Amino acid sequence: MSLRSFMDGIAPHFEKGGKFEALYPAYEAIDTALYTPGHVTNGASHARDGLDLKRIMITVWMVAFIPVLAGSYYTGYHANEVMQGLGLTSVDNWRAFFLDGLTNYNPNSVWDCVVHGLAYFIPLYVTVFLAGIIFEIWFASVRGHEVNEGYFVTSILFTLTLPANTPLWMAAVGIIFGVVIGKEVFGGTGKNFLNPALTGRAFLYFAYPAQMSGDAVWVAVDGYTRATPLGNAAIGADYGVQWWDAFVGMMPGSFGETSTLAIGIAGLILLATRIASWRVMAGVLLGMVATASLFNIISSSNPMFTMTPQWHLVLGGFAFGMVFMATDPVSAAMTNTGRWIYGLMIGLMCVLIRVVNPAFPEGMMLAILFGNLFAPLIDHFVVQSNIKRRLARV
Amino acid sequence: MEHYLALFVRAVFIENMALTFFLGMCTFIAISKKISTAIGLGIAVVVVLAITTPINNLMYNYLLRDGALAWAGLPDVDLSFLGYLSYIGVIAAMVQILEMFLDRFVPFLYNALGVFLPLITVNCAILGASLFMVERDYTFAESAVFGLGAGVGWALAITALAGVREKLKYSDVPDGLRGLGITFISVGLISMCFMSFGGIDI
Repeated sequence: MSLRSFMDGIAPHFEKGGKFEALYPAYEAIDTALYTPGHVTNGASHARDGLDLKRIMITVWMVAFIPVLAGSYYTGYHANEVMQGLGLTSVDNWRAFFLDGLTNYNPNSVWDCVVHGLAYFIPLYVTVFLAGIIFEIWFASVRGHEVNEGYFVTSILFTLTLPANTPLWMAAVGIIFGVVIGKEVFGGTGKNFLNPALTGRAFLYFAYPAQMSGDAVWVAVDGYTRATPLGNAAIGADYGVQWWDAFVGMMPGSFGETSTLAIGIAGLILLATRIASWRVMAGVLLGMVATASLFNIISSSNPMFTMTPQWHLVLGGFAFGMVFMATDPVSAAMTNTGRWIYGLMIGLMCVLIRVVNPAFPEGMMLAILFGNLFAPLIDHFVVQSNIKRRLARV
Repeated sequence: MEHYLALFVRAVFIENMALTFFLGMCTFIAISKKISTAIGLGIAVVVVLAITTPINNLMYNYLLRDGALAWAGLPDVDLSFLGYLSYIGVIAAMVQILEMFLDRFVPFLYNALGVFLPLITVNCAILGASLFMVERDYTFAESAVFGLGAGVGWALAITALAGVREKLKYSDVPDGLRGLGITFISVGLISMCFMSFGGIDI
């Protein structure tokens, strides 16, 4: 019996009047994730591209696995390196059960590093995915809308913004906040005004600052502290990495943010498929370069003033935010001019928070949320000025 | 000069009246359905704040505070218990003048703001600014800058909220949360975004 006929066979149970009617959204989600949906639009449709919402979201989701692999490697590498330095031969948590047989914790072996990193990524991602999807399906079945592929993107991007050592329950709380308060209370995909993944991440950041920031969370070995280069820069210490190392990802940080190289490749794919808006990315980059250069000219006792644009690009979550978060089509500005302004504003805010605000060494997350917040207003003014200009031509 | 600039930036972003102190919530929530009216109300609040805070500062320093009446030969008199009464009186008078002005010269804004214009009188953000001014012991120039900054910050916040609410018109909010409920949630999320400024020390 093929999978298709199995799915068709159980379909009547989930349709109206069936036993599991309430679970229809779950059935529908699995069905349409596996097969192209059979229903067609009623009335005059105007399809002009095979790139529908489903394909857009799945592409972003798949592209996100490039930073996942790079992030796993570097997470594993740092953990292995530290363990070697401390003379540990095995991890002292439940992961040892899986890892001891598979790896030797050798930092020079790519396999050992990737597997060790994945041992952190996979449980985190599975927890996040399941915790969020339960609420997503719950809302979908009560409110009668579909479970959208957008959740795949939200869940993986959220996971990539977490430090590897995040407790699993905390990750679950974060994604549930993001899905429910960030998205579902507004009516689901496309109706929210903030990026749900970042909403959840910001919630965790403010709710559990001890586990989400500081020096102890960035290397996946319990009790071992190492500051991120941005943390070092904020106190005027040496960054602790060479630029090229930072570019390929050889530094402590959250899962997805470390490797600018991997994120760059993912970003090029998103640009080539025209899924991400190049205007937003260019705006963010330009805003960052302009603001950072401006700060470079001004002299001050604050050590962050001297950080050059190329360092801003590779350190912290800037590249990740620029490629994956700022370009979120729902929460970004919708007009072309608006996208430029929106991007520039995020770039400016990110550097501003990094440099001026001593409370937060990293500013990308808050800068993007801030941009999301003003995106509708930017669109409003762009539309108004278009109306005014065209009225003048009449 | 730098001192005043820092004070202004702090009043607009870091200590935003609406989003960090949650002052002036009633008008903030009620008049934020449309961007154009929100901007109008924002400007009205900026004007009222920028005028009342320095006036109240003069009144506090030369009439009310302990020993303020020394110039009149009464160095032992402390009238600061009359503070609330006098500040609100000044604010009410200012709002009355602004209302007459708008009625005569900007009728569309006058109609759009409706009953909420007189209600600016009891807008907590405006009385709040005067009380902060007293508490933090601002000079006359400082209080003028602070009043202006607090007003601009409040106006910025209500305009952002109006933008978000115009976008949310196309949302599909659960029945129980329609209207005020979702607005409160939005304000909470917006306030979280403004936490990016928290901790800046200037």
